[in-house]
Amino acid sequence: MGSRASTLLREEEIEEIKKETGFSHSQITRLYSRFTSLDKGENGTLSREDFQRIPELAINPLGDRIINAFFPEGEDQVNFRGFMRTLAHFRPIEDNEKNKNSSASEPLNSRTNKLLFAFRLYDLDRDDKISRDELLQVLRMMVGVNISDEQLGSIADRTIQEADTNGDNSISFNEFIKVPPVDGEQDY
Amino acid sequence: MDDLWSVAGAVFQVWVFVVLFLIMLPAMFGLSLGVTGVYIQVLVKILEWATVRIQRGRMEQPSVPVPLPNGIIERAGGSMEEEIGELRNSFALSDAFYFYKKGLESIVDDQVTQRFSSEELASWNLLTRTNQNFRYISLRLTIIWVLGVFVRYCILFPLRITLAIIGLSWLVIGTTLVGFLPENSVKTWLSELVHLTCYRICARGLSATIRYYNKENKPQKGGICVANHTTPIDVVILANDGCYAMVGQIHGGLMGVIQRSMVRSCPHVWFERSEMKDRHAVTSRLRAHVAAKTKLPILIFPEGTCINNTSVMMFKKGSFEIGGTIYPVAIKYDPRFGDAFWNSGKYNMVSYLLRMMTSWAIVVNVWYLPPMTLQDGEDAAHFASRVKSAIAHQGGLLDLDWDGGLKRGKVKDSFKEEQQKMYSSIIVGQNGISSCSQSTKVE
Repeated sequence: MGSRASTLLREEEIEEIKKETGFSHSQITRLYSRFTSLDKGENGTLSREDFQRIPELAINPLGDRIINAFFPEGEDQVNFRGFMRTLAHFRPIEDNEKNKNSSASEPLNSRTNKLLFAFRLYDLDRDDKISRDELLQVLRMMVGVNISDEQLGSIADRTIQEADTNGDNSISFNEFIKVPPVDGEQDY
Repeated sequence: MDDLWSVAGAVFQVWVFVVLFLIMLPAMFGLSLGVTGVYIQVLVKILEWATVRIQRGRMEQPSVPVPLPNGIIERAGGSMEEEIGELRNSFALSDAFYFYKKGLESIVDDQVTQRFSSEELASWNLLTRTNQNFRYISLRLTIIWVLGVFVRYCILFPLRITLAIIGLSWLVIGTTLVGFLPENSVKTWLSELVHLTCYRICARGLSATIRYYNKENKPQKGGICVANHTTPIDVVILANDGCYAMVGQIHGGLMGVIQRSMVRSCPHVWFERSEMKDRHAVTSRLRAHVAAKTKLPILIFPEGTCINNTSVMMFKKGSFEIGGTIYPVAIKYDPRFGDAFWNSGKYNMVSYLLRMMTSWAIVVNVWYLPPMTLQDGEDAAHFASRVKSAIAHQGGLLDLDWDGGLKRGKVKDSFKEEQQKMYSSIIVGQNGISSCSQSTKVE
């Protein structure tokens, strides 16, 4: 009778997700609809294949990295809470939040947390540094076979040189956020 | 006990009378008693009232979710060049943000997967199946809904089933009988009559209201008719107004019986399953059909699969390599009266037809577009996409380049390689690209 979506998500769960992520009630039910439509196995969790089925994501050069961001360490399935938690990083900052003086922990979608999320997409081994190899990996994903190893290597070297201020030949989070900003904000 | 029997007998007689004289005979002569027209008008009034009522209810109860038929998110549109910056000849760490943003946007809402499920309506049309977020709004709305269920299941549904059975059996019997005649103009005329009558009866069996526009562009003999594909019922819709030679695979069972009898009276093109795999065999057979200018126009759906009628997806170029004149046709269903899309992964044919017969009605607009031919120096793929744009534009549908085959299969790697190539040329400039391998041909 009707869509399964709104009947399977209980009100308490919606309230919890609302508190944790800051999404509104209707946004959560919409995203739950989306989650269930992606969940072809109908078992309440998404696997990597479920994400790969989205054609626009499958042709994205960094698609695999983005998908990985949804899965916690070593796991192959993500449930709705995990899905929402990751998406929460990209919720636009509402005006009424900017003025809050929160002594509580920073909301998931603050600018710093957004940048930390992006940083972690480069920094695979989570050692809080983007090494030359990690940078090369991401570069290689973005350019495919169109640039030679030598040229790519020199691009990576130049980037590290420009950003590295403490001379350890890698980019730390503080150095990362000091890089001149381009349009990095996501808008919903 | 006797009373009960006599009542049942009387009901049955009324039934037969209604079916025979009020529906079948007018259908045979292409006339209409106007009952369906009145029904549709009443429905429209009711649905409009329901929409207003629901909107009022939504304002009173703010927790009721609002449907968003155009997608969940507002995308900050912009091509790769605009967002990363034209020909910068250098890499920046923030370039990756463009790909992250696009990737996340597509996770939340993408243009392709939504085409393979039913369109979401802007307002509830009093059918349970389109009810995304059921909320009690008002007593009157619920009463109308209950009445609707009763009317649809107990009155309309039996009527429609009867008509469908009569229509199909008449098709089989009629075409078999006509098949005994020798090949002459009488046979052709009779075969057309039989086909038209049956399709009209079937259309009545779905309470279909069809409006044809630009009839002067109707497909002629020796031509190829292409249309966007939403449901197997498309065939019934188009064949109500003219005779076509169908193209398709021979099935077993009931479908097979119908197909085999149809081909006795007029030359449809049915393929065995093995023949379908051989593209050359298919193309040459269709070419032979078209070359004999006296044969009926072929009906082809180049998308290859059913799409949900909000967009037109890639047209397979095979149909456009046959030669001959292409007559494009745009078909648009009105979603308020029933969801015509066949989600073949979710419903099989029988349950799909049952759903169709328990909807309010099928209201359809058909536009015949001016004929198009392959221009000098144009290749089939480009011609296909030209025809596709014309159909999408006329029908008010979104023109997408994605392949309908993505419903079941994976996307080709060459698209990702195209993205990578585009990005590379931004960061090193066109001259700086030293490919490690030849780039593959992009479809």
